[in-house]
Amino acid sequence: MSSERSAGTIYDPISDTPGNYLRVPEGSEPPLDHPPYRSTCLRHPRQPLIHLPHTITEITGPALGEARAVSDRDADLTAQHPGEPIGERITVFGRVLDTEGKPLPNTLVEIWQANAAGRYRHRWDRWPAPLDPNFSGAGRCVTDELGRYRFTTIKPGAYPWGNHYNAWRPAHIHFSLIGRAFAQRLVTQMYFAGDPFLTYDPIFNSVADEVARGRLVSRFSIHETRPGWARAYEFDIHLRGPAATPFEEAR
Amino acid sequence: MIFPATPSQTVGPYFAIGLPWPEGPFAVAPGTPGSIRIRGTVRDGTGTPIPDHLIETWQADPAGRFADMHGHGGGSELPGFRGFARCGAEDGDGTYEILTVKPGRVPEAGGRLQAPHIDVSLFARGLLRRVVTRIYFADEWQANAEDPILTLVPAGRRQTLLAAPDDGGYRFDIWVQGPAARETVFFDL
Ligand SMILES: [Fe+3]
Repeated sequence: MSSERSAGTIYDPISDTPGNYLRVPEGSEPPLDHPPYRSTCLRHPRQPLIHLPHTITEITGPALGEARAVSDRDADLTAQHPGEPIGERITVFGRVLDTEGKPLPNTLVEIWQANAAGRYRHRWDRWPAPLDPNFSGAGRCVTDELGRYRFTTIKPGAYPWGNHYNAWRPAHIHFSLIGRAFAQRLVTQMYFAGDPFLTYDPIFNSVADEVARGRLVSRFSIHETRPGWARAYEFDIHLRGPAATPFEEAR
Repeated sequence: MIFPATPSQTVGPYFAIGLPWPEGPFAVAPGTPGSIRIRGTVRDGTGTPIPDHLIETWQADPAGRFADMHGHGGGSELPGFRGFARCGAEDGDGTYEILTVKPGRVPEAGGRLQAPHIDVSLFARGLLRRVVTRIYFADEWQANAEDPILTLVPAGRRQTLLAAPDDGGYRFDIWVQGPAARETVFFDL
């Protein structure tokens, strides 16, 4: 890739296209077999995974901005219906970066979540909390040139689930990120600092490494909180970056 | 300085309110010459179809070019080619179906040509992170025999990666868990 780089023929954002992506260390990703989360029991492979060297198929990825063309309303989950949804209006914002801290501009960020009462607008959600006619719970946006994204939404409620006795999911927002390579694809969940259910949640705690797990928790931001309008939570997302940086000196 | 990567978390049972969209399963525009359907069923360790799964695919066009952000390989010139498909029906019966074209051959890092293949991400409730597999084509036996990735897979498991011609398209079933010979090969990416 070096000749392409010097010729400037590849898209040359702040985060470049490495020939190889970082392999995430043990404990920094959840295991596939995690007995405390019961649904993994019949849904994890038992055979060993095969090491896949990264080829052009893995270091490239779709440009989904156009296919999922986003309007301002897509990023404001409180403005998708005639009325205001019920709940605590919040801003969720942050940057999409790689593991070197370089921003990923122009990448699709998709979110979905329960309403303020902890209920999803999904036919399989049987939790008898009210649906909100003014809240669908899905949004998307594309990061700007500095990798920034921003959503306006409602703070989701915790909800019970059948995993174990008295099991409640901590309040969370589901995030899906495309990145620029198949190797960078990430689906995750954002949590709120201080949520008492975090201690007991087998999904959150499936990430053994405490520092990595802390990446899933957003921070309250007084600076982005708008007076008389909305509280703000900051959530930076780091996608896997280059495995090595042989060209770093030249930059 | 290296920052820890944000860990994955399960897509959960309710992703259908946010992720699938009507054109999602089309990696090519409908009506594209040579387009094929690839479909299959995703099953758990008891053989039961997994209804709440989400499939994503990524591939080159028949000329071996990608529709990616960087224009790798020159960039695809096939009109309407996205190379990416996403399928996750809310009323899922454990099956998926995408419309695409058979990809061309692209090189691996050492320059050897790979057999036609499609990268697949599978997400589901009960999967704390995605699992990744590859669709190869059973009727490409010669290219498959020399594929640098397929030959990394134990011979007795390679058949789990082969899509079989089926009703004008291909069938690629996924066993997330199963007996060794049947459990789909997943890759560590
Ligand atoms: Fe959830």
